[in-house]
Amino acid sequence: MKNRIRVLRAEKNLTQGDLADAVGVSRQTINAIEKEKFDPSLPTAFRIAQLFGLPIEAVFQYDPAAG
Amino acid sequence: MEATNVSPKARRRSQLKRLSFWTLSWVLSEALVIYGHRELWAGTAWLTVLAFVLNLFFGLGMVWAYRNLTNLLDELQRKIQLESMGLTLGLTLVAGVGFSVLDITDLIPWEAKVGYLILFMGICYIASIWINTKRYC
Repeated sequence: MKNRIRVLRAEKNLTQGDLADAVGVSRQTINAIEKEKFDPSLPTAFRIAQLFGLPIEAVFQYDPAAG
Repeated sequence: MEATNVSPKARRRSQLKRLSFWTLSWVLSEALVIYGHRELWAGTAWLTVLAFVLNLFFGLGMVWAYRNLTNLLDELQRKIQLESMGLTLGLTLVAGVGFSVLDITDLIPWEAKVGYLILFMGICYIASIWINTKRYC
């Protein structure tokens, strides 16, 4: 699953740690999601999108090639 | 229900300390059963049983503390734990049965003690956690 978290985080001037604390996960988890090594659960994806004030599809895009 | 402002990170750290306490108590009580029986109370059965019950109590406390810790982990940390535990369980099963077969058929000159298996399990778990953490993070 592709995502725009790194860009959105930079726009809001947030560190990975800030985002992790706001979402309630570890900084390593945010890092893994950003690098697209790990797909978050739906609740976490919704929390991230809500934090940026965007609909979930504006943050995450399904990538069929990634499986 | 009690409201709390403690961050998930602080709660995980606190639970990790609790797990360390229970684990250390379990290990020390294990030593107490063995060395106490041999050296301290010269085989008095009721004292050995008492120490053994204490050992079981700390062991169950450790398992419960670990269960509580996994409930505080986030989804990636749980995935890493699950994969590592699965790998450790599988490898320990294969190695344990294999080790037992080697012992029964006298292909190894020493006795297949459970301590070797626990050591193997510990190494597998630590290596799996390290590899999976590197893989995702």
